[in-house]
Amino acid sequence: MENFAIYVPRLLPQKDFFIPGHRACIGCGEALALRLVTKTLGRDVIISNATGCMEIVSSPYPTTSWRVPWIHTLFENAAAVASGIERALKILERKGKATAKPKVVAMGGDGATSDIGIQALSGAWERGHDFLYVCFDNEAYMNTGIQRSSATPFGASTTTSPAGKLSIGQTTWKKNMAAIAVAHDIPYVATACPSYPFDLIDKVSKAASIHGPTYLHILSVCPTGWRHPTDLTIRMGRLAVETGVFPLYEVENGKYKLSMDFPKLRPVRDYLKLQGRFRHLPEEEIDRIQEGVKREYEKLKKKLEA
Amino acid sequence: MKMIGMEGAHAVAEAVKLADTEVIAAYPITPQTHIVERLAEMVANGELDAEYIPVESEHSAMSACLGSSATGVRTFTATAGPGLELMHEVVYIASSMRLPIVMAVTNRALSAPLSVWGDHSDAMAVRDCSWIQMFAENGQQAFDLTLCAFRIGEDPNVLFPVMVHMDGFHVSHVVEPLFLLEKKQVDKFLPPYHRPYSLDPGRPATLGAFAVPVIFSEVKKSQSEAFASTKPAILQAWKEFGDISGRYYQPVEQYKSEDAKVLLLMMGSFGETAMVAVDELRQRGEKVGLIRLRLWRPFPFEELRQAVGNAEILIVLDRCISFGGPPGPLCSEVKAALYSLEKRPKVVGFIGGLGGRDISVEQFREMVARGREAVARGGEEETQMIGVR
Repeated sequence: MENFAIYVPRLLPQKDFFIPGHRACIGCGEALALRLVTKTLGRDVIISNATGCMEIVSSPYPTTSWRVPWIHTLFENAAAVASGIERALKILERKGKATAKPKVVAMGGDGATSDIGIQALSGAWERGHDFLYVCFDNEAYMNTGIQRSSATPFGASTTTSPAGKLSIGQTTWKKNMAAIAVAHDIPYVATACPSYPFDLIDKVSKAASIHGPTYLHILSVCPTGWRHPTDLTIRMGRLAVETGVFPLYEVENGKYKLSMDFPKLRPVRDYLKLQGRFRHLPEEEIDRIQEGVKREYEKLKKKLEA
Repeated sequence: MKMIGMEGAHAVAEAVKLADTEVIAAYPITPQTHIVERLAEMVANGELDAEYIPVESEHSAMSACLGSSATGVRTFTATAGPGLELMHEVVYIASSMRLPIVMAVTNRALSAPLSVWGDHSDAMAVRDCSWIQMFAENGQQAFDLTLCAFRIGEDPNVLFPVMVHMDGFHVSHVVEPLFLLEKKQVDKFLPPYHRPYSLDPGRPATLGAFAVPVIFSEVKKSQSEAFASTKPAILQAWKEFGDISGRYYQPVEQYKSEDAKVLLLMMGSFGETAMVAVDELRQRGEKVGLIRLRLWRPFPFEELRQAVGNAEILIVLDRCISFGGPPGPLCSEVKAALYSLEKRPKVVGFIGGLGGRDISVEQFREMVARGREAVARGGEEETQMIGVR
């Protein structure tokens, strides 16, 4: 691995479509994930972007970081806009008005996906539109200043689930968005993290090649909101996976497959203790989180057997 | 073409079909349902080669329309009342991103209490959204104005979405004798939609960038100027439509108004009842006339001022209440439009026809009488309600 920096760039496409100059925070895991996603998708795509961090850092008029056709309209409707684009391309193709049919990709953060936009996304999945939806999950409304979402993990202190004398922070467990996607019987669902770039790239390629609705849920480490040093982004993503907090897996036509497994999961304490958002947690709450992670991981393992 | 009997809603669907609309995204809501059911049927039967997207809400209906129109495809939707409210924020995006979507609105009251019946509360709530908006008063007009809407909105000098308002049930569900058009007539009138900046990987464009305070006002000023300058294209389209159909439309339409001392003014289906009232009053020797706004946005200031002419009393009927404000939105706009005139009629506002309540010929006569009394008492009065217990 010592020559990693030399050979890795050769394994990746050279061309970028989400280009430098954007205003993402230092150490932003989401911008890194987005760069890898767009690199993999290539030129022939149309992107429908929900309001959120990546939208706001990339498009202050009159500048843009996008080298592919890109549309942003609102927070909760990226999937519905993508539905319209996809059907428009379909009829253009059917009427012989277009030669190629670009891949449609919708994207949004965890708030846009699992909270405000879940109805539009569920509707699009149920109707079977041919597009990839990518959720960049940084586990809170980071763009508006670290407010809790349904994807915020148990125990995290955010500006609207603050830890205080009477509260340990977020008191609900993270919504399992990938399981909700699977429940729609769509052909491909996967979780990924830019700390594992090749796994992420493979999943993007696969998701984009499949006809029908596909879903990628990407853990996007956010030093600003998670309150950890900006040089720990990659490590934090790895710890999330190694502790079982965010397991990497694929679900192809309902069949679960772990992308990587570990003989023994690291204790969640290793992941939590590096982040300011969990700093206030007493030992018993950390134990409770450990129990929760174990429970969820076992549930996932059971699904692998099915 | 020969006259046929057809429901207003189905006439709208026929117009959408004749326009070769390519994407329809809609969510069913009474009293819009007959429009979208008929369109779904046309697509299912192969009568219309289009994609029908049965979305899960009106918010997604308009959102899917954004995507489709931005991809360069002719796009239609229809809604009513609460559905229009649910898509409210998306309605603004359609016009601000210059996407010429056509939407039929079968006007319906807003809850609560729930009412599926017609009034103009829904239309007034989207008054300022920079969509071109016109009001049809019968099924024929609903058909005609829907066809014109595509032509006007997609005009390269316009590129704004267009709303065609028609009263729920009174227009949408009434079978009327009307004339459709031949396909070849429509093809001559309506060229294919071409979007200058569409979502195309061959020419990547960023649509929907955000604006900081240093640029936002300029963006809105240019939108406002562009919107205000759509009038010539609207008039041109209506003229050419008249030439092929024999039916000519005007921003402000007049009925026996030239020498009228008392004028009634309204929008929507009650115009036809008011005509009967005008005829009856004329027979009694009263110089009463009627004007209807066909075009609501951009507001026809000049045409209205001219139409009001030498009338002494102008009676404005609103089918909507603006709570706590000047009670009738139409009346307050009409008053504002006339304020700068040196010689202007006394304006008396009425509110009626809420939530599907009918207004009879007799009640129009009553409005004229009460209007005269109000003016005789010494001037313009607060808006009154008509036909209420």
